[in-house]
Amino acid sequence: MINETGVQIKRRKQRNRIIELAIIFASIIVLAIILPSVIPAFRLRLVGRFLSLAIVALGLDLIWGYTGLLSLGHGVFFALGGYALAMHLNLQLPEGEIPSFFTLYGVKELPWVWQPFYSFPVTVLAIFIIPGIMAGLLGYLVFRNRIKGVYFSILTQAALLVFYNFFNGQQEIINGTNGLKTDTEQIFGLLVSSPSVQRTFYILTVVLLILIYLLCRWLTSGRFGRLLKAIRDDETRVRFSGYDPTGYKVFVFAISGAIAGVAGALYTVQTGIINPSIMQVAFSIEMVIWVAVGGRGTLIGAIIGTLLVRLAQTFLSESFPEIWLFFQGALFLIVVTVLPDGIVGWWRDYAWLKLRSLFGRKPSLATYPSLAEDPEVDQERDRLSSK
Amino acid sequence: MLLIAALGLAIVFGLMGVINLAHGELIMLGAYATFVVQNIFKPFGEPWFSFYIIVAIPIAFIVSALMGLIIERGAIRFLYGRPLETLLATWGVSLILRQLVRSVNWSLFMAIGIFALLFFGGMQLLKRLVDWQNIRSKALVILLPLAAGIAIAFNLLLGANPALSKPWFSARNVDVTAPTWLRGGTTALGFQTPYVRLFIIALTILCLIGVYWFLQRSTWGLKIRAVTQNRTMSSCLGIPTSKVDALTFALGSGLAGIAGCAVSLLGSVGPNTGQSYIVDTFMVVVVGGVGNLWGAVVAAMGIGILNYLIGSGTLALFLTSVNAPQSLIDLLLFFATSSMAKVVVFALIIVFLQIKPAGLFPQKGRTAEL
Repeated sequence: MINETGVQIKRRKQRNRIIELAIIFASIIVLAIILPSVIPAFRLRLVGRFLSLAIVALGLDLIWGYTGLLSLGHGVFFALGGYALAMHLNLQLPEGEIPSFFTLYGVKELPWVWQPFYSFPVTVLAIFIIPGIMAGLLGYLVFRNRIKGVYFSILTQAALLVFYNFFNGQQEIINGTNGLKTDTEQIFGLLVSSPSVQRTFYILTVVLLILIYLLCRWLTSGRFGRLLKAIRDDETRVRFSGYDPTGYKVFVFAISGAIAGVAGALYTVQTGIINPSIMQVAFSIEMVIWVAVGGRGTLIGAIIGTLLVRLAQTFLSESFPEIWLFFQGALFLIVVTVLPDGIVGWWRDYAWLKLRSLFGRKPSLATYPSLAEDPEVDQERDRLSSK
Repeated sequence: MLLIAALGLAIVFGLMGVINLAHGELIMLGAYATFVVQNIFKPFGEPWFSFYIIVAIPIAFIVSALMGLIIERGAIRFLYGRPLETLLATWGVSLILRQLVRSVNWSLFMAIGIFALLFFGGMQLLKRLVDWQNIRSKALVILLPLAAGIAIAFNLLLGANPALSKPWFSARNVDVTAPTWLRGGTTALGFQTPYVRLFIIALTILCLIGVYWFLQRSTWGLKIRAVTQNRTMSSCLGIPTSKVDALTFALGSGLAGIAGCAVSLLGSVGPNTGQSYIVDTFMVVVVGGVGNLWGAVVAAMGIGILNYLIGSGTLALFLTSVNAPQSLIDLLLFFATSSMAKVVVFALIIVFLQIKPAGLFPQKGRTAEL
């Protein structure tokens, strides 16, 4: 592979692209057409929820895996998207009425926050624009001062807690702890919890997942993606090379927030309710672990990780509710210490090579053949490292 | 109160650059240790029972410090220089600790003991007997499931016995009653102050002085400071850096234990107690600046007082008395609940960081990294 010509490289890239497209197409068929007819509606709803969580994981991977910003506050954006849609659904009422919970707190007039959500297009825009703006604002305030690394993580976590308190405390505006129900509401005159609507939402989730995957793919592959990786690896150097990382970081954080908003909206309609508990600290850190399990810095890893962990969680906590927390804790430790690159990274760096060598293919070389294949060099390396 | 917790964290974070999300759980462990000590002292009757808190403080310190040592040796040791990974690992630890407190019982306790004995004993034995370097990974793969399997089998066997499988604490909250001499209060300076709070304030000051003395005057303190400033250089000069790391972490954890002791005096304690403190303490560290005790002190006081002033509506009352514009008062009243006060404090912290991004007392240096 070392002596490849330009034409060969181009051809190989083209082949890879075709394979990738085929895989995406196949997964669309499996997820959107085969799966709904095979498994019961209840499980399908579960899968739909997992897939919408995979969307958040994609957004998180974009900022953590590629830009090196670990956000522990994605629950905020997730919840903002979810609330936006839930508010719209709660407003599907006859003229002049307001959602019933308002009367509990003696509110007569619809609060101004709710007014825009009467219209459907505004809601759809709000689902990703509000979290995006929120993320951009927070990002701008934080990144402008070159606060980074762990401080950024802590600040996002604090923001999460603040929003959690805020939504919990505001009973008059958004029904506080009880949250907003979506199951009993209507969309375009149909009950949200009815099977056909749920099926539509499921397929919508699959389509959006693929679309967002492609968007992230496009963002991370070109010049912009390389810049993001450069910021992750050495931000100071990027700055000294004449770029201003702040703008890029704010932008990518806003995109990630918007993605989380979309995911939140999809998750909400497939769960049937949204309440502030979605903004608990634990949930947002869980999102991070999905990405870590799958392998950060690989978009497909984020999806795989989410699905795997959520599936494991469903089955384990159905059968042994006590052990799940232990298991989750152990998962954090194992992923961090043993599998820092996640499952996809492990596959790429270890298992795939093993498999290739089993079939008698030569391992592809990272350095010159004279260095990598010389047994003497290996021996010397062993001797040196054992000392 | 917030201060002791933050102090431990400031040490661990400031000196080692390790974010310890399990810090809240260490506080909880300290509180539970206090609870256990109290139960041990109960049968002894009145004159002894009054002073259990004096015993409880060092015991809470030791329990938390030991747990901190285990965490450091077991996980964090491998992750120095990778703060984000450490953060995740400690979160994992905190999950495990929380569930552990909920479901710990004699059989689980013994199972863990057996596992540790078999695993580490086996490793030691193998290390002595054979060529360790060559079989290390294989030995790990064999020993780990073996020891775990035996331990789980043992646990299941013992679990059949109800006396052994009864949880120690269960998921409910436990209450620590303050000794008689701490009940009641005094009216000083026009404020109603319970003795318990005075005791905690005294404890905080004592801890502060102790830590200050330890870091500035003792040999180990000197070594800790040296490692903080320049790890490579101190290692070259013969300071055992890994020992210093373990010690620092244990010290920080131990302080969390004392904080837990104080927490248990203020209210009931549950497995999730630690969670409510963790973000506040981190805020203190962020505002105070890294590696600076005074920063932590000032920040803790500032955040605590602000929280109280806004949350209780005192500020709004004050402004009413000086005829401030009505809109401002309304705004403040809107935020006059404890949860909304947090919102304001967070906003203020963000504003503050716009002015001084590196905290109150930033470390001086010439690096481009801030």
